[in-house]
Amino acid sequence: MSAITQTTSAPRATGPLRRALGRFFTNRAAMIGLLIFVPILVAVLTYQWWWPLGPNAIDLTALNKGPSSKHWLGSDGVGRDVFARLLQGGRTSLLVATTSVVISTVIGFLVGAFAAFGGRFADGTSMRLVDLAMTLPPIIFLLVLASIAGTGIAPTIFVISLLSWPVLARMVRARLLELRERDFVVAARGMGAGVPHLLFRHGLPNCIDIIVVYATLQIANAILLEAGLSFLGLGIAPPEASWGNMLNLARSTIVLEQYPWQWMFAGGALVLTVLAINFIGDGLRDAFDPRSDLN
Amino acid sequence: MLTYLLRRVGIGLLMLVALTVLVFILLRLAPGDPVTAYINPSVPMSPEAIEALRVRLGLDQPLPVQYFAWLSAAVTGDFGYSIQRGGAAVLPLVFDRIGPTLLLMAAGLTIAIIVGVATGIISAVRRNSATDVGLSVVASLGISSPAFLTALLGLYFFAVQLRIAPSGGMLTPGAPFSIGDLLAHLILPASLLAIGHAALIMRYMRSSLLEVLNQDYVRTARAKGVKEFWVIVKHATRNALLPVITLIGSTIGVAIGGAIFLESVFNWPGMGLLLVNAVNARDYPVIMCATLVIGACVILVNLLTDITYAAVDPRIQVS
Repeated sequence: MSAITQTTSAPRATGPLRRALGRFFTNRAAMIGLLIFVPILVAVLTYQWWWPLGPNAIDLTALNKGPSSKHWLGSDGVGRDVFARLLQGGRTSLLVATTSVVISTVIGFLVGAFAAFGGRFADGTSMRLVDLAMTLPPIIFLLVLASIAGTGIAPTIFVISLLSWPVLARMVRARLLELRERDFVVAARGMGAGVPHLLFRHGLPNCIDIIVVYATLQIANAILLEAGLSFLGLGIAPPEASWGNMLNLARSTIVLEQYPWQWMFAGGALVLTVLAINFIGDGLRDAFDPRSDLN
Repeated sequence: MLTYLLRRVGIGLLMLVALTVLVFILLRLAPGDPVTAYINPSVPMSPEAIEALRVRLGLDQPLPVQYFAWLSAAVTGDFGYSIQRGGAAVLPLVFDRIGPTLLLMAAGLTIAIIVGVATGIISAVRRNSATDVGLSVVASLGISSPAFLTALLGLYFFAVQLRIAPSGGMLTPGAPFSIGDLLAHLILPASLLAIGHAALIMRYMRSSLLEVLNQDYVRTARAKGVKEFWVIVKHATRNALLPVITLIGSTIGVAIGGAIFLESVFNWPGMGLLLVNAVNARDYPVIMCATLVIGACVILVNLLTDITYAAVDPRIQVS
C-alpha cells in the first residue's frame, strides 16, 4: 500500500505554478528587487516600535537642522524628524498605492469581463470608453479629477483607482475572448454553467497571471502618481506625510538650496522603491511566460 | 490611402467629441456653481441679475441641452471667463501658453531622440559589454525616476550648486529679448524633460536594432563587403527606426505629463503651469479649455503618427 503511494507520488510532475515560481526565484533582477523592497516594507510597517520619534512630534531645539545622532536624516522647518516622516510617508504612499491598485484591478477585471461576455454592444461601448480614457495623458486626467475630488488620502485613492483600470480591462478582455472559445469553457456552458460560474471558476484563474503582473507594476505606477499629485499640492496634504509632499517642500527655494536633506531622502526612497517593484514585476512577467524557459 | 486617411481623421474627430462630453460631465460633477464661470469677477452683480444670467445661459436646462449650448459657444471660441485671473477670456489665455510648451517639448523630444537613438545603437552594437550594461542601468534609473524628481535634482545641481543655468522662467525679466537668453533658459528644463524619454527610446532602439541585425539582408550587406559602419547606419538603423517612431508618437502623453512637472518646477510659462495653477484655484473654465486643447493635440499627434507610419510602411494600409 505504502509502496504504491510512494511510487505514484515520488516523480511528481512540476506544475506550471511551481515552474513559474522556480523561474521567478532564479531571476537575478527580481531577487535584487525583493532584496531592496522587503527591508523597505518591513521598516515602513514597523517603525513605531523601534524609532523613538513620531512623524508629527515637534522638536523646537532642532529647526531645519542637518543629520545628527538624534535626527538621523535631519529635521524640517517646524522641528519634525525627517526619518520618521520618511517612514510614515512610505506607509502613506504604499497604503494609497495598494488600495488604489486593488480597486482598479477589480474594476478592470469586471469591465474586461463585461466586454468579453456582455455581447457586441457592451463590448463596443466599453472598449471605446477605454480608448477614450487612454487618449488623454494620465496626468491631465489626474489633475482634472483631483480638482473635483480635492486633497486627502481617500480622494487621492479614488482619483488614482479611477484612472488605472483601462489597460487591465483591455488585457482581461483579450484573454477572456480567447478563453470563451476553448473546449472546457464550451463544455461548461453546455452543461448549463452561468456567467458567474464561467467568470470566477474558469475566467479568473486563467487571468491570474495578467492580474498579478499588472497589479505589481501598477503599484509602482500608483506610487509615482501619488507622489506627483502630492508634489503639485493636489494629493496628500500636510501635516499627513507622504513622499510626494516631502518633495513638495523643495518647491520653496530656501528648502531646495539650504536644507536638501528635507527632500532628497524622500526622492531617493521613492526611486529605490519604484525601481525595486519594477524589477519584481518584470521578473513575475518573465516567470509567468512559459516561453521564457526556451531562452 | 485616401480611405485609410479619412477613416483615421473620422475616428480622431469622434474621439475629440467624446472627450468634450467626458470633460463636460466631469466638470459639472465638480463642487461649485458653474454660473460663476460666466461672471466677470471684477464687475459686482446682484442675486437677481445672477439668476437672470443663469436662465439666459440655459443653466436651468437639463444637462444634454447645456452641453450642446456649451459646445456651440466653444466652437466659436467662447470658453467663458477665468475665475482666477480677474475675468480674462479663457481662450487667449490658453493660446498664449501653447507656444512655450511646444518649444519646451520640441527641444526635449529632439534631445531625447538624438541621445536615445545614439545610445540605443551603441548598446545594441556592443551587446553585453560593460558599456551596454552601464547604459541599461542608467536607462532603468531614468525610467523609474519621476519627472518632478529629476527636475528638482537638476535645478539643485545645475542652478543652485554649480550656478551654470538660470533657475527658472523663460526669459530674464526686464532684459530685451534675445535668442541666447531664451536658449540659456531652455537648455536645462529641456534636457531634464528628455531623460525619461531618452531612456525609453534607447531601450526600444536597442531591442529593435538587435532584431534587425539578425535579418538576412544585413548578412547580405556584410557578405558583399559593405563596411560595418554603413551596415549599421544605412541598412539596419533605418529599418530599426520604424517601431521607434510609433513609440515616440504613443508616448507623447508621457512627455506632456513630464512637461507639466518641469514647467511647475522651472516656472516655465506654458500650458502645464497654467493647468496646475487653474486646478489649485479650481478655475474650471480654464481647466476645461486647457484639457481640451491638450487632448486635441494628443489626438492630432496620434493621427500624424498613424499617417507617417502608413507613409513609411505600405503594409499598414492593407491590414
